[in-house]
Order: sequence, then C-alpha cells, then structure tokens
Amino acid sequence: MDFTAVLAQIKPKLGCVTDNLAVIEECISRAVDAKTDLIIFPELGLTGYFLKDLVPEVALRLDSPEIQRLMQLSRSISIAVGFVEVTDDYRFFNSAIFLENGAIIHLHRKVYLPTYGLFDEQRYLARGERFRAFDTKLGRMGLLICEDMWHMSASYILAMDGATTLICLSSSPGRGIGGESLDSATAWQQLTSTTAMFLNCRVLYCNRVGFEDGVNFWGGSEYVSPSGESINRGKIIEEDFITANVDEGCLRRERIFSPMLRDENLFVTMQELRRIEREKVR
Amino acid sequence: MMSGLPTNTELLRRLLVNFVRDEVHKVGLKKIVLGLSGGIDSALVAFIAAEALGAENVHAICMPYKSSNPESEAHARLVAAACGVNFEVIPITPMVDAYFDIFPDADNMRRGNKMARERMTILFDHSALLRALVLGTSNKTELLLGYGTLYGDMASALNPIGDLYKSQVWQLSETMKVPRVVIEKQPSADLWAGQTDEEELGFSYRRVDELLYRMVDQRLNREELIETGLAGDFIDSIYSKIQNSHFKRRLPVIAKVSNRTIDRDFRYARDWGK
Repeated sequence: MDFTAVLAQIKPKLGCVTDNLAVIEECISRAVDAKTDLIIFPELGLTGYFLKDLVPEVALRLDSPEIQRLMQLSRSISIAVGFVEVTDDYRFFNSAIFLENGAIIHLHRKVYLPTYGLFDEQRYLARGERFRAFDTKLGRMGLLICEDMWHMSASYILAMDGATTLICLSSSPGRGIGGESLDSATAWQQLTSTTAMFLNCRVLYCNRVGFEDGVNFWGGSEYVSPSGESINRGKIIEEDFITANVDEGCLRRERIFSPMLRDENLFVTMQELRRIEREKVR
Repeated sequence: MMSGLPTNTELLRRLLVNFVRDEVHKVGLKKIVLGLSGGIDSALVAFIAAEALGAENVHAICMPYKSSNPESEAHARLVAAACGVNFEVIPITPMVDAYFDIFPDADNMRRGNKMARERMTILFDHSALLRALVLGTSNKTELLLGYGTLYGDMASALNPIGDLYKSQVWQLSETMKVPRVVIEKQPSADLWAGQTDEEELGFSYRRVDELLYRMVDQRLNREELIETGLAGDFIDSIYSKIQNSHFKRRLPVIAKVSNRTIDRDFRYARDWGK
C-alpha cells in the first residue's frame, strides 16, 4: 500500500534520554500533524552514540515509562526508534523497536556490533541473534541497525522472510574527505541502492547528525525505491525532516520487471550454506 | 610526488565550520579565543571560527616576543582584519625575560618551550575572562612529528585542524581566502630570526605529508612505501619521530591501583551530557 514516512534526521544529546525523548516527541507530533503514517529515528536516537560507560546508565527496560510513552504515541503513527535496552539478566543491547497501535510490534537487537577503527560496540553491548520480518499495517517490514546492513545475509534473510520494506536506523560517522562527498556517505549510498536493487525491496535509511567528541554523523537519510533509485535524500551534516511518499506501484512494477527475488532458490542457498558450515566445522 | 592530498575543500570547510559551531554551542558558550601568530595554521582556524560563530565572537590574540619577526605581527593583524575578528596584541617579553633572568644560560629549546607555555596561560586566562573556548591550531603533520610544545601550543579545548596535514591546511586556506602572503610564506615557529620549519625539520612538508598520508592513513607497510619511491631511511626516521613523540599525544600516565582508573576502565566521551 501507499504510505508516507518521515525520516527524522535528529541530533541526539549524548546520554540525555529525557532531552532526546522530548525531541522525539516533538518530531512525532509534527509528523502526526502532517498525517504521516510512519516515522523513523536514527540508531540510538534516545541516547546518542559514543556512550561507552554510560551504557548501563541510559539503558531502558521494555516496560520503562519512556518506552510506554512511545507506545502510547504509536496509537496515531507507526514509530521505529533506537535505544539501549536492558534485559532482566542485565544484558545491554543496541536495540530498535517498531511500535504501532500502542504496542511493540517488533524488537530488533543489533546483531553486528562493529568493534574496529573508531567503533567499540562489542566492548559495551551484547549481540542480538536474529533477523525476522514482521507484519505492520503498512506491509511486511524488516529492521536493521547500521552495521547490520553491511552484512548481505541480514538484508537477504529479511527479504526472504517476506519483508518488502527494509528500515535501517543508523549512526554513521562521516569520514574520508577526498571525494565528491564523504567516503562514508558514498559507500552507504551504494549499499542502500544495491541492496534495494538486489532484493527488490524499498529501503528507508535514517541517519543522525551532530558531533560527538569531534566525530561527525553525516545524515543523508534516504528513501530508496525497489529499483535502487534514491527518491528522497536528506541534507548532509544538518538536521532534517524528510517526508517520503512510499509508492506501492513502484514495488509492484519492480517485482514484475525484475523478479530476481521470486527466482531466488532458497533450496540451493541452504544446501550450499549447510555444506559450508559442515566443512568449516571439520 | 602527489600534488597535494586528495581533499574536497568545500566539504572540509563545511565540516570544520559545523564542528566549531556545534562543539562551542553545546557547552553553552558563544565565543572562542585563539592565538594568532601570523602563520597559516592559526590564520585558517581564525577564518573557520569566524564563519562558524560570527567574527564578533572570535577573539584573536597575537603574543610576540622581542625576537619575533615584526612581519609576523603585521600578518596576524592582516588576517584579523581580513576575517573581521577581534584582535589584541599582548607581548610576552616581560614575563619570559623575568623568568630567564634567573636562568640566563637556558638554551633555545627551553626558551621556545617557555614562550609557547606563556602564550598558553594567556589564552586560558582569556578563556575565563571572555567565557570563550580556546581553539587549537596544531595540524596533523606537526602533531604526528611531535613538532610542538606539550602544554604549550599543543594545549586547547577544541582543535579544528588537528586531522589536516600541512598540505591540506594550504589547500583549505586557498578555498577560505586566507590572505595570499600568509599562504605563500615559509612556515616558521618564529623563535629566532630566519628560522624556518622545513630547515629545522630537514625535509619539506609536502614530502613528509606524502609519507605520513600513505603510512598513517592508508596503512602502507615499509615495503609498500619503498615501492612508491620513498627512501627507507626517511621512512625509518619519520617512524621513530612518531613513536618517540607519542607521549605528547596522550594524557599523563596514571598508576593503576583501583578497579576503575580514569581513561582505562572509566571511559566516557568528553561530550558526555552534551
């Protein structure tokens, strides 16, 4: 179905859940006023990114008042938002939830925690263990958090699980100033476009902006159609509020023109992956 | 030899201007203070700060010593006028001379370090006076080579150009229209008459930037560096310079006795809560 989605390209304050929640609520109310169907926030939008030892301090349980508040707001709009989740056994996850009709429809815990270069996530966070598509009133979707998308298997699984919309919440640091755009922006744009094209899925990518200790987050949130074309793209390194008109016809036509996903052979893929797994264990 | 490093100067300008604006405003301040030497690094930082915060919120201080080249102050004045920032001259001769009256035999290195630290105390005093953050003006080349005074010119609250090689400082200065005479003159620490960086270092910035870029940024190993035409002994000498100056780029070493030692297992971003 056709729907409208807002990519809220915000600038979270590091470690300030209350302040960030206020910004998020403001965006939600603006999106609701504009009769938008879905609003997406960046990875760790409630907390900021380079949390380090702040992780336990900003972590929220799924039954926390903050999450309850967002659930309540989801009666008027579907919401995808990122935060640090703490479980009963005190594991901390880089999580994203999809909220709709006052409930959590889906919880995704980031599987691929980058721990190289400027990243140090696995030092502080526990790893998620699943990729699952889920049904929403806007169609079947899949959630990814930033680095997850750099693993082809993640998007592939979601697409094979029936997702036609891939939502990616991101806190991508800008780096590499030799080219036309930031190297990291160029790489991401190739990735979202290629992923959309390979899997005949639309991609809704929401990246944050602002600086943390001199590291910039480059924004450039975008809606990429199932043909791989970037339809809407947010500003680079400035806050933005991007409204995308997601067109069902685009998806239908692409799946007729290039039915690669239909022809994907799950049997062959599984057989070969099992073999590889077996041979690696040997 | 590469002609400059691959740099999109318009993009870089936007990033650095945003960086200064964001990091200053988020701590609840509006102003910055910086030392303006008459050289290109501080000139570029003044231009970036003026664009980020408005020239009226930028306070540039020129701090000559009696042996400084008078041309330096004239260039500092020219830069301040070109970007419209506040400008003040505070000579450091009385304070520095009062100290070295006690140590008349002190060598050039001690004198140079003392001058750099004298300037630092003036900048941080003005930080309190003006409610302004001190902007650093050390570039990546000198930071990596350790060509600076610890707690002197290396001290600052924020450094917009610390990830830019000297060659990139030149490139960005062109884009930002830093006065040509400042771009074209020989870089100098101006501690004594006729001193130039390149003579003192023993190699040109262009040459060392090429090596540093390939070694540090692109992570070429020694064999690969030699294949690009760089000399083995040059590579080795720069490698040792980086290694031996590493202490200047770190916080003081703390003896660990507890379970949570600052910066080792007590880790927070400086922008904590900002």
